[in-house]
Amino acid sequence: MNLKRKDLLGLKDISAEEIEYILDTAKTMKMILMSNNKKTPHLQGKSIVTLFYENSTRTRLSFELASKYMGASSANISSTASSVAKGESLIDTGRTIDRMGTDVIIIRHPMSGAPALLAKNVKSSVINAGDGINEHPTQALLDMFTIKEVKGSLKGLKVAIIGDIYHSRVARSNIWGMTKLGANVCVAGPATLLPPLMEKLGVKVYNTVQEALIDADVVMGLRIQLERQKKGLFPTIREYSRFFGLDEKRLMLAKKDAFVLHPGPVNRGVELTTSIIDGEQSLINEQVTNGVAVRMALLYLLTRRGGMSEAAN
Amino acid sequence: MKLLIKNGHVVDARTGRNGVFDIVIEDGIIREIGKDIEITSSDLIDATGKYVIPGLVDAHCHLRDPGYEYKEDIESGTASAAMGGFTSVACMPNTNPPIDNQTVIKYIINKSKQEGYVNVYPIGTITKGQRGEELAEIGELKFAGAVAISDDGKPVMNSSLMKKALQYASMFDITVISHCEDLDLADEGVMNEGYQSTIMGLKGVPSAAESVMVARDLLLAEYTNTSIHIAHVSTEASVDLIRNAKKRGVKVTAETCPHYFSLTEDACGDFNTMAKVNPPLRTKKDVEAVIEGLRDGTIDIIATDHAPHHIDEKNIEFNLAASGMVGFETALPLVITYLVDPGILTIEDVVRKMCFNPSKILGLNKGVLGEGRTADITIIDINEEQIIDVNKFKSKSKNSPFDGFRLKGVVYHTIVNGKAVVREKVLL
Repeated sequence: MNLKRKDLLGLKDISAEEIEYILDTAKTMKMILMSNNKKTPHLQGKSIVTLFYENSTRTRLSFELASKYMGASSANISSTASSVAKGESLIDTGRTIDRMGTDVIIIRHPMSGAPALLAKNVKSSVINAGDGINEHPTQALLDMFTIKEVKGSLKGLKVAIIGDIYHSRVARSNIWGMTKLGANVCVAGPATLLPPLMEKLGVKVYNTVQEALIDADVVMGLRIQLERQKKGLFPTIREYSRFFGLDEKRLMLAKKDAFVLHPGPVNRGVELTTSIIDGEQSLINEQVTNGVAVRMALLYLLTRRGGMSEAAN
Repeated sequence: MKLLIKNGHVVDARTGRNGVFDIVIEDGIIREIGKDIEITSSDLIDATGKYVIPGLVDAHCHLRDPGYEYKEDIESGTASAAMGGFTSVACMPNTNPPIDNQTVIKYIINKSKQEGYVNVYPIGTITKGQRGEELAEIGELKFAGAVAISDDGKPVMNSSLMKKALQYASMFDITVISHCEDLDLADEGVMNEGYQSTIMGLKGVPSAAESVMVARDLLLAEYTNTSIHIAHVSTEASVDLIRNAKKRGVKVTAETCPHYFSLTEDACGDFNTMAKVNPPLRTKKDVEAVIEGLRDGTIDIIATDHAPHHIDEKNIEFNLAASGMVGFETALPLVITYLVDPGILTIEDVVRKMCFNPSKILGLNKGVLGEGRTADITIIDINEEQIIDVNKFKSKSKNSPFDGFRLKGVVYHTIVNGKAVVREKVLL
């Protein structure tokens, strides 16, 4: 099978079959990543640009290394050091990049829908590396990959996502993706940080973290943005930590073999205690490695659309 | 030279006339309405099979002149209005400079006389510079020609100032039009807060942001025993509040716009900036409530909130995109398709809500088809269908989510002060 799509804008409009295909391809990519020779020719002759309107360490580096490991020519643009700072529109910036022979543009943008707007106006494939509070599909793919590595499948698993759901593009993408793969997703967080009508997305909404954690197979913490407190969405970091933070006692409500994910960077002691972050149930570091594998898979699949025959392996 | 309109189905809200009549117009005035009138050497419009109604009156539009002529100006805006069957339009004051002084009022009136296709009536601001801090010179605005006052585009957040505005304006018998939006509740949201905002990851505006302020303004009007007009009603709660206030005897009138009874928040799906408006498109329940409000008379008028924006202000990220859609050239077809065709409103109701009532609220001597009245007349075919093509709009701007919609209702002729400005669907 081939990915027929030109772009990856989110997991809302992608099939379970396509997700599984990306995750299967990522397995092969992880083998390459873990080997001594990380150079493969999968993207030889391809040109990849990262266009980041927001700061990022892991996502950007992850994409850049993924493209370099597979032999692509890559370049990066940040909004502060480009014509964007001169007020150039997103569409004009995209078209300029497009005309330089780019195959894939990876965009992160503080506004929801920006990658969709770009994709409509460029010939290059567009990958959403996080848009506003909408989606962060590659993060969700790496989360699902990590879960599958450990559990084999997401079918029937209880996944508890805890924290600032409202502002989390990671949560949204994971909800779309995980429910498609058969997981039972639930969310919990302060009422001010839960968007309306979440139930219609096929998730359970709990008022307390404890309820969400009971018998969970996977627990996902989310980063809390400190400026949210100043906007009055919760009173203090201390109170947040007390009622919504994850400590060892609370984690015991989950299944014994449950593990913990977090998209990072973690506010230590706020969302998770250090003992959990660095503990045996944490797969946070593994997520980072898997992120590169998933992005290698995705870049490969999007650049070969309509081309070469089956499977990366 | 006389103009004779033959065999049209004449509908008028005030006189109650409803049947096939001929109309004779001379020197801009309706001279005679009767059966089988034959006059020689007259200009003739055959209106057989069409409705002949008073020219439409829009109590809420944006002509963008002065200051934003790249979006629209008085000439293009009134051309667009004429194509939509409007013979009189009242333009909101969020221009640059805003209409908060008599100089701008005079500029608009004079330019409209020179370049306008239809009658233009400026609306002045409630507060200086629309800043919401001090009352504008409301008396002077009225005597310079303002037909109402509004800070439209922005609410008057300060309740005490709004109370004073209602009291002060009532002395001059000038209508106060309130843009109801609690900015703290709206909190920089860009669409309705609901399922669509949740799945698109866009910051939502709760419907309460409108209704809370509708409640406030109704209480203030009641307390001060003054009248108020609520602009662009979009929520179920607002309709309920206005209905209850009317029952209590509060002097309130209200308007809605075609997009609030024809579209839901779903129109914003796929980040469609053409559907970004303020107040935002709401849910099916709200749409149903707005329709019921129109049916039972809670909502007195249908206004366009014609809000032209340049393509570059729409073809950008949803958060950054300007709010508003052009409305003149789709208003009547939307009313026919969504309200008349399903049997919610009759043509008489339409005449009341788009001609007579807006004219009354603004204190204009318009909206009536009667002998001796100014000949502002619109002739429409409510059975003919059209496919909306924004590129054919006479407005400078093409920002409409209705592009490609198949709608019923076509404006054939628009006659302003006895002169046809649109004839057989062509702008003259």
